Amino acid sequence: MEPSEIQKLANLAMLDINEETAKETASSITDVLALIDQLQAADTDGVAPMAHPLDAVQVLRADNITESDQRDTLMTVAPQTDSGLFLVPKVVE
Amino acid sequence: MQWETVIGLEVHVQLATQTKIFSGASTVFGAEPNTQACAIDLAMPGTLPSPNAKAFEYAILFGLAIDAEIGERSVFERKNYFYPDLPKGYQTTQLDEPIVGAGIVDIALEDGTVKPIRIHHAHLEEDAGKSLHEDFIGMSGIDLNRAGTPLIEIVSEPDMRTKEEAVAFARKLHSIVTAIGIGDGDMSQGSMRFDVNISVRPKDQAEYGTRTETKNLNSFKFMERCIEQEVQRQIEVIEDGGTIRQETRLYNGDTHTARAMRSKEEANDYRYFPCPDLLPVHFTPEAIEALRATLPELPDARKTRFEENFGLSPYDATIIALDANTAAFFEVCAKQCDDAKLTANWLMGEMASQLNSNDLTIKDSPITAEQLAGLITRIKDGTISSKIAKKVFEAMWQGEGDADTVIEKQGLKQVSDTGALEKIVDDIIAANPAQVANFVNAEPEKRKKMLGFFVGQSMKASKGQANPQALNQILMTKLNQAANS
Repeated sequence: MEPSEIQKLANLAMLDINEETAKETASSITDVLALIDQLQAADTDGVAPMAHPLDAVQVLRADNITESDQRDTLMTVAPQTDSGLFLVPKVVE
Repeated sequence: MQWETVIGLEVHVQLATQTKIFSGASTVFGAEPNTQACAIDLAMPGTLPSPNAKAFEYAILFGLAIDAEIGERSVFERKNYFYPDLPKGYQTTQLDEPIVGAGIVDIALEDGTVKPIRIHHAHLEEDAGKSLHEDFIGMSGIDLNRAGTPLIEIVSEPDMRTKEEAVAFARKLHSIVTAIGIGDGDMSQGSMRFDVNISVRPKDQAEYGTRTETKNLNSFKFMERCIEQEVQRQIEVIEDGGTIRQETRLYNGDTHTARAMRSKEEANDYRYFPCPDLLPVHFTPEAIEALRATLPELPDARKTRFEENFGLSPYDATIIALDANTAAFFEVCAKQCDDAKLTANWLMGEMASQLNSNDLTIKDSPITAEQLAGLITRIKDGTISSKIAKKVFEAMWQGEGDADTVIEKQGLKQVSDTGALEKIVDDIIAANPAQVANFVNAEPEKRKKMLGFFVGQSMKASKGQANPQALNQILMTKLNQAANS
C-alpha cells in the first residue's frame, strides 16, 4: 500500500490524517495484506462464502409500532436544532 | 444518422409497512419532523437494527408477482457515503445476495404486441431522511422521519428503446405494486421514484453508448419529458463532435430541466462490505409458497381473463387490466350494458381523455360505471347516435345527471321516425336543386360519393339527431327516384 492510497481511503472515510500517519498506516496495512495473501492461498472450492462469522440466522420482528416520539430527548444531544429539525452546516448538491 | 435510444430503470418503491425496516418507529407520511425517528434511525451509539418481517414478505410477494427467483438466503451490506440525512454514514442495502433475483415484466406496446422487460434483481434497503436547504441561513435542516423506511429497489436490464416503453414499464410496475398491496403507489408522496439510465447509439451499432443517470423522477409525465430532453441532448452533443460524459443528473420538476450534479471525485467508491450487525435472513421454500398463496389476481391474469371472458383485444385488455380500479369499473359497466367492446372504447376514449385533462384517476370520475353503462345502453338501443352520446357524456361529466335525464332534458333523442326524416329529406332536396341535378347526371357508381353532401345537410337540419342508417336509406331512395324519373 502507498501512502497516497491511504490518504484516498481516509478522505472517503472523512478522516483527517497527516503524512506521517499515512506512511505508518501504509506500512502496517501492507503487513496485514501479506497475511490476507496467505489466506487467499487456501483452497475454498465448494465452500459457501461467509456472510457472518456467527453460524446463525437473523430473527425477524413483527411489524408493530414499538417506538414513541422521543424527539425532545434525542435533540438534547444535538449541537443545533430549530423547528424540530437537526441543523447541520449547509449541504447543497 | 438514425439513432436508437437505450433505457434502463431503477425504481424505488416504499413498502407499505407500519414500521421502519430496522426499527419499530412509525412510517406514516406527513408527521411533524423527527417525531418518528427513534434512536436506531438516528444511529445512536449502541443501537442495533431489528429487521421487520413484513418488509421481507412484501419484497418476496413482488418477486413472486414477476416470476423471479426468490433468495432463500439474503444478506445485507453497508454502502458507505457521508450525507447528513444518512446518520449511520452508510446505507444498509443488499448487493450480491438480494432477496429477489432475475424476473420478467411484460409490457404492451401501442401496436398490440407484448414485449418482455428483464428485471436484473430487486433488493431491500432503507430510505434516507430529508434535507431542507431553504429556511436556514448557512445551515440545512434535517428531518429523519423517512430514514429507515423500507424500500425495494427494482433494477431493470437496459431493454427499453423508447420513452413510451419506459413509461409503459413504469406503469406496469406501479400496477403490480398496488395490485399486491405492498406499496400505496402515491407518487406525489415519493412512494415510487424512478432513476432513468439513458444512452443513444447509431441504429446498427451493437455496443451501448455512454449512459447518464437522471435521478428521482416522481411522475410518469416527468419521466417522459426527461427522456425526451436527455435523448435530444445526447444526440446533439455527439452530432456536434462531442462525447457523452458518464454522469448523474438531477431533474427539476418545476423548471422541467435537468442538470449534471457536481460529482465529487471518487463519489462512487462506496466500499461495500457485509453488515456485521445483521445475520443472513432465511426463508424456507414452504414459507415462500405460503406467501404465493396470498397473491391476489395480477394485472396479467386479469388481462387474460378479460380477453377470454369479454372478448377484448390483447391491447385493450392490457390497458384496462393494468389498474385495479379501471378494471373494476370496466367489469361493472360491461356486465350491465352487456357490451365489453363499447365499454372499452368509452373507457379508453372519452373517459381517459377527460380524466387526463382534469388530472384525475378513475376513482374520482364524476360518472359512475352504472351511469356509463346507462349511456352505452342508449347507444345500443338506438335512442342516441354515438356522436350525440359524446354530447351526453360531456353533460354527465358536468354533473347534469344520468344519460336518460340528459337526453330527456336536452331533447337529444335520435329521430328514427320515417315520416319526420322524410320531411327533412324532402326539404333538403327542394332547397338544393343544383346538387340534385349533379347527382342525377352523375354515373351511378359515383353517386354514392355524392350522397355525403345530402347526408351532411340532413343531419344538420335534424340537429345531429337523425338516425344515420334510417336517414341514409331514405336519402338513397328519394334521390334514386329523382334520378329515374
